[in-house]
Amino acid sequence: MPEMTPAELRARLAEALPAALVEAEPLAITPPPAHGPQPGLFAPPDPLVRPDQLVAAALFVRDTLGYAYLSDIAVVDYLHAGCFELVYRFYHPAGGPSIVLRVRVPRDEPVAPSLTPHWPAANFHEREAFDLFGIEFTGHPYLRRIYMWDEFEGFPMRKDFPRQGDKYLGGESEG
Amino acid sequence: MAEPITVPTPQQIIEPAVAGRTETMVLNMGPHHPSTHGVLRLVLELDGEVVVNVAPDVGYLHTGIEKTMESKTYQKAVVLTDRMDYLAPLSNNLCYALAVEKLLGVEIPERAQIARVLLTELQRISSHLVWLGTHALDLAAMSVFLYAFREREQILDIFELVSGARMMTSYFRIGGLAYDLPADFIPTVEQFLAIMPSRIDEYEDLLTANPLWLERTVGVGVIDAQSAIALGLTGANLRATGVAYDVRKAMPYSGYETYSFEIPIGKNGDIYDRYRVRIAEMRQSVKIVQQATERLRELGPGPVVTSDRKVAPPPKREITESMESLIHHFKLWTEGFKPPRGDAYVSIESPRGILGCYVVSDGSPKPWRVHFRAPSFINLQSLAHMAKGRMVADLVALIASLDPVLGEVDR
Repeated sequence: MPEMTPAELRARLAEALPAALVEAEPLAITPPPAHGPQPGLFAPPDPLVRPDQLVAAALFVRDTLGYAYLSDIAVVDYLHAGCFELVYRFYHPAGGPSIVLRVRVPRDEPVAPSLTPHWPAANFHEREAFDLFGIEFTGHPYLRRIYMWDEFEGFPMRKDFPRQGDKYLGGESEG
Repeated sequence: MAEPITVPTPQQIIEPAVAGRTETMVLNMGPHHPSTHGVLRLVLELDGEVVVNVAPDVGYLHTGIEKTMESKTYQKAVVLTDRMDYLAPLSNNLCYALAVEKLLGVEIPERAQIARVLLTELQRISSHLVWLGTHALDLAAMSVFLYAFREREQILDIFELVSGARMMTSYFRIGGLAYDLPADFIPTVEQFLAIMPSRIDEYEDLLTANPLWLERTVGVGVIDAQSAIALGLTGANLRATGVAYDVRKAMPYSGYETYSFEIPIGKNGDIYDRYRVRIAEMRQSVKIVQQATERLRELGPGPVVTSDRKVAPPPKREITESMESLIHHFKLWTEGFKPPRGDAYVSIESPRGILGCYVVSDGSPKPWRVHFRAPSFINLQSLAHMAKGRMVADLVALIASLDPVLGEVDR
């Protein structure tokens, strides 16, 4: 079964696509507390890819390394770091652990290239990310909301989406 | 590749039809259609009775489970996982618990490990029984439904015995099990194991060589291995195309590498092969449950939750004697535990395919983000690819053979 550590993947990517990798800044998930011990920073070991190089990196993972399953695209809203992180997870059909590519896009302009034209499996994942987080995937053949209705305003999984009140029912619920 | 694989959206079919640009007819199927197994809506583009295109429209059951989890403590969020795939709640419990345990770095006792494998395999059988029953019912074979639900009832009785609940069990908690297995658990399971193989033969007698069944399933809804992988199809649907991919073998969890079982695969990737694969999987699950029962008996009684007091509460009698235990108990129930900052991802083989859980912790007692990779949701992408050029009646068989659970599709 093929097995590839994040460090090995990073080395292979650096060799094949030197322009694709960026140095990952550790993230502060929550703002530092006023008192008490400062929490550590969160620094995942997986390679962080420049958004404009994502398609090339993903196709390298699929065609050269053989990780033919695009299993998952998870979005995490790092509100206090001002970015969304997209976690792309790939599997090898022969088994073994997954490999991960990460992409960070700024919160005020969340745009990433779409993998759907090259990889049909990305379609629903990207529509889900668009629906719940408002990430624009350029090149997606038909980027529409998938869970919420078309007239819905806002992106409910974002951390700054209000959790109280409902503009459809009116008024604010008890705080 | 001859033709690029596309996954249409409802608007792509409706809008040209409304504008009068097409010769075909647009038909709405669902969300209340009985053969869509829940609230799946399909927009069909038809040429006579032939499906030209089909677009799934989901979201009718969207309850924001992932968002709700962000405001629950880790332990309290377990009950939400039950409500996703309501035909296999224990698989969801397991996936979530494994992800949080990976984040925490806790080991769970062997007795709990074996019980988890045993119960998830029973869950797989019960989930496949619902699939078999409803699938046959959609194709007008009514008796299979009654037979399948008879055995499912027995499995649900076992779940009731261990957890007090038949469906929403919430039995796997972070750090182990909710409580110990009852004394008559092993005999009850063995009673079930004694009859199950012959019952599976019974279903097969009704269907496997039945000409009506073959007519409706062989060569219908075909997908080849390459397209299935490109579309992210997983589970029995993928294995029916001949790809032997099963997370229990590919990335063993919960000690699956120590059990002996095989991965049944198909050849043609049609509805009939999916049927054969799931029937064979039930037989393999019976085998695994047998091995697990023997191990449980050999192991004897023992702890079923981790001894890490920062994660699992101490036993009640300790609280009366030890100040420290009382503090742990109080802290766990008022605040919950705090995993270290970081993330963890675990994928398991649920009855429907690869179920993945991604948890991000910010160091507080509540998860910063929980994301589920729901197999039913992703499997629906391949519906259009399989249905194009077939009759509407074949579509009914096709949906049932994909075995989607809409609670999981929408979360």
